Amino acid sequence: MTNPNWEVVIGLETHAQLSTQSKIFSGAPTAFGAEPNSQASLVDLALPGVLPVLNRGAVERAIRFGLSVGATVNRRSIFARKNYFYPDLPKGYQISQYEIPVVSGGGITIEVGGVEKYVRLTRAHLEEDAGKSLHEDFHGMSGIDLNRAGTPLLEIVSEPDMRSSAEAVAYAKKLHELVQWIGICDGNMQEGSFRCDANVSVRRRGTETFGTRCEIKNLNSFRFLEQAIEYEVERQIELIEGGGRVVQETRLFDPDRVETRTMRSKEDAQDYRYFPDPDLLPLVIDDAWIARVGSEMPALPEVQRSRLVEVHGLSVQDAQALTASRATVDYFEAMLAALPGEAKLCANWLMGELSARLNREQIDLARAPIDAPQLAALLRRITDGTLSGKMAKDVFDAMWNGDGTADAVIAARGLAQISDAGAIAAIVDEVIAANPKSVEEFRAGKDKAFNALVGQVMKASKGKANPQQVTDLLRARLG
Amino acid sequence: MSVDGSTDLARASVAALAKVLAAKEVSAVELATLFLDRIDAHRDLNVFLDVRPDVTLAQAREADRRRAAGETGPLLGVPLAHKDIFVTRDWASTAASRMLKGYMSPFDATVVEQLAAAGMVCLGKVNCDEFAMGSSNENSAYGPVLNPWDKGAVPGGSSGGSSAAVAARIAPVATATDTGGSIREPAAFTGITGTKPTYGRPSRWGMIAFASSLDTAGLMTVSAEDAAIVLSAMMGFDPRDSTSVDRPPEDCTRDLERPVKGLRIGVPKEFFGPGLSPDVEQSVRAALDVYRGLGAELVEISLPNAALGIPVYYVVAPAECSSNLSRFDGVRYGHRASKYRDLEDMISRSRAEGLGPEPKRRILIGTYVLSHGYYDAYYLKAQQVRRLIADEFRRAFETCDIIAGPVTSTVAFGFGEKAADPVSMYLADLYTVPGSLAGIPSMSIPCGFGDKGRPVGLQLMADYFQEARMLGAAHQYQLATDWHRRVPAGF
Amino acid sequence: MAKLARIRISDDEASRTLAQLNDIFAMIEQMRAVDTEGIEPMNHPLGGSQRLRDDVVTEHDRREAAMRNAPEHQDGLFLVPRVIE
Ligand SMILES: [Mg+2]
Ligand SMILES: [Zn+2]
Repeated sequence: MTNPNWEVVIGLETHAQLSTQSKIFSGAPTAFGAEPNSQASLVDLALPGVLPVLNRGAVERAIRFGLSVGATVNRRSIFARKNYFYPDLPKGYQISQYEIPVVSGGGITIEVGGVEKYVRLTRAHLEEDAGKSLHEDFHGMSGIDLNRAGTPLLEIVSEPDMRSSAEAVAYAKKLHELVQWIGICDGNMQEGSFRCDANVSVRRRGTETFGTRCEIKNLNSFRFLEQAIEYEVERQIELIEGGGRVVQETRLFDPDRVETRTMRSKEDAQDYRYFPDPDLLPLVIDDAWIARVGSEMPALPEVQRSRLVEVHGLSVQDAQALTASRATVDYFEAMLAALPGEAKLCANWLMGELSARLNREQIDLARAPIDAPQLAALLRRITDGTLSGKMAKDVFDAMWNGDGTADAVIAARGLAQISDAGAIAAIVDEVIAANPKSVEEFRAGKDKAFNALVGQVMKASKGKANPQQVTDLLRARLG
Repeated sequence: MSVDGSTDLARASVAALAKVLAAKEVSAVELATLFLDRIDAHRDLNVFLDVRPDVTLAQAREADRRRAAGETGPLLGVPLAHKDIFVTRDWASTAASRMLKGYMSPFDATVVEQLAAAGMVCLGKVNCDEFAMGSSNENSAYGPVLNPWDKGAVPGGSSGGSSAAVAARIAPVATATDTGGSIREPAAFTGITGTKPTYGRPSRWGMIAFASSLDTAGLMTVSAEDAAIVLSAMMGFDPRDSTSVDRPPEDCTRDLERPVKGLRIGVPKEFFGPGLSPDVEQSVRAALDVYRGLGAELVEISLPNAALGIPVYYVVAPAECSSNLSRFDGVRYGHRASKYRDLEDMISRSRAEGLGPEPKRRILIGTYVLSHGYYDAYYLKAQQVRRLIADEFRRAFETCDIIAGPVTSTVAFGFGEKAADPVSMYLADLYTVPGSLAGIPSMSIPCGFGDKGRPVGLQLMADYFQEARMLGAAHQYQLATDWHRRVPAGF
Repeated sequence: MAKLARIRISDDEASRTLAQLNDIFAMIEQMRAVDTEGIEPMNHPLGGSQRLRDDVVTEHDRREAAMRNAPEHQDGLFLVPRVIE
């Protein structure tokens, strides 16, 4: 894939839809999939006389993002109007941030082929989404649905620091993981909650200046991102090597044909006539707010991973698996809080029995019928000897099916392991008395005979006797 | 005051109407009927754009019911008219534009809500310049309003319908809006009291936006006392308007009885330059003499940058309006062209057909000053000079309590006199625009008559949030004079 | 500008408008001579900062009201001439 003569330069602009309840400038809901225009408030419809009021939840999420990437959260930022006409843009302008965004700088570390790289961020700014045009046939017309208009977005702009499609994908994945981790975006790419624009250019290796770039809009899957960049890189190189010139333009990716095509060229590039929105005052964020948001933030994945390894003694693989999502690690932490010192057991059950079950039934961890304290309560009955591992799995099944807590299931089914030394001794004595032949053989050195005796004890106890105790007692009696 | 003296009732102030309503000498329904009849009788003035007597009478009945239930309040049952810039559920909201012909708003403007909550009875919506852009009311898509003093003269603009309504006593109060002088200039041209409070005090929610950083709701009234009473009901903080000032509501009548003795009145020398016509100057100077006679101290002040107000204004206001009016694209509401080639052509034709020449002109100016390569030279520069002008006022208010001067350089001009020359029309706002750019409270009170017997206004300006003091100074003048009681012949 | 502002203007109108705009810009020109070095632009008459709204849903379905003023609509959608991307 890498071309020895050419260097690829990529920068990404990512739109992350912020997971607020209401829109950025109105009190309309943001839920996906409602009836057309049923979630467009007077403000979203841009009726005459309406005015925007900024949603604190959107700002708070922007602060969270800024803190998570080591950026500057600007104490004062400005909302600007980006003016252009489009039927799904009800006001004829988008409220965005231009000269002074809410977040400046920062960066993200990615890893490609075992090599770490720091990708710098230019900025992240708050803005509103537009509606959408539906092109099904309305007698040759298009239908406009403004439900999405006014949905809060954080546009995250990277520096042109990436040098391959692999790096771009690694960056996008890392960002995708991060925004979900810090709880600012649901990351649902099918629903458009996380989408990327890629700025791609090529230059001959050793050249200082950047080549002319093209912007590929609205890539809503990692695969499309990769394919679009690779196609575009090849197109630009072929163009230049063939004696042509790359023209600065906006391009669209066609996933069916796996190619990019011109959307609009620089000549008819819009003049957006940005200016500070006179309906909105400067956004001021004080230190106390930033400090509070910081104190409420979850530890970042890297930090969590190293803590799992160093403090809880888990393997790197386990730590990796447990930090696949915030929900997983939160579940794990909650289990561990209820069952201190049993990190390995908790990890095994979470990644084993529970994950398998969730997978099989296509259920999110958040909707698992057994919560972390309940699962921990089950595992406690293993550690205290009440249940064997096998019995615990049966109890787990019952709990999954809604039969109640671990203790309730154990009591209801009389499943408790017999660990009472006196009760076990009585059974052992009975078995010894009833099987003189086996006792004889054991004393003659046949280990098999010992196992047969254990089996008899287990059978007599209907499988509930604690196997370890049975073994120990038998040895003591026969020894 | 008596019920049978209907002319007296029509000429009564809000304060006087409150008394007869409280004494149950007249009902809200009777008052509403009286004014609806007057509206009908004076249709030739072209003041009202939408009248719906059934809705008005229902509101009046409700006011009477509230009073019968024991409610009191100085505005309960008092009729008013709303400028057609405020959106209303029950009357069409058009901004005097063809673009919004017949548009029914699903909500009421905050000011409309507040005054209705106080029990005021709406008579209907009044004419204005299209989207509040103009100084003569000639820019209405529904024809100009005539000046009740002289039907050959403009009533001023953009709130010309509001000023003519009150001048002709076909409404005792009318709401209005002021962006660069749109309350004060028409008030001066029609011999009534026009009050623009501090920017951000009345809510802009439900005001069809022209220039968001300048638009201010205000009032046309017969007197300063009336303005103080009604304004008190429309100054509360509104969480729906991000630029609404979060201050507790205020009783604007509190300084009405305060004598002006010792009041320092700043007289900007730049407002008395060669552009000021002698008839206006004479009335304004006479008014200043009245104040001197009442014990006020006149202080000469200088506002050297005020003259830059017009160029600054004609960058800032068009810039904001070019963007504010982009929503009128024929997609969701408003006029849509019947014939078009494609989407872009549909939008361009709908706007071309729906918008009149003045909004178009300002949209073009605004589009230009915001466009790439011109932004710094025009828009940014204008915002910087705007601060110079505002700072100048701040300094002036260190040496005086109130600023007084002319509202306009001439009395009301005739129809067509300036319509062909936008620049001369724009200069009509020379003395009012600086206060708008600063955002300070300001008002016009009648102070005499000039050429052709047309009214002259005296402008009073005060520092931010000092509207009560300003209204008090105006009221003291009106106690000493009777210009505000003059009514044009035939009304 | 007319294209950028999406206003269709006839040639006749355009030349008349251009003359007027030239006059207006000549008037605006006065302002450009002022020294504004270091002056902070004034975007709002009053200072202050943006007030924030709590993240709660306060608005509900207004589709019917919206469609009442719509020039053309179907199935709760605003109809426009086909949008080409
Ligand atoms: Mg972008
Ligand atoms: Zn964006």
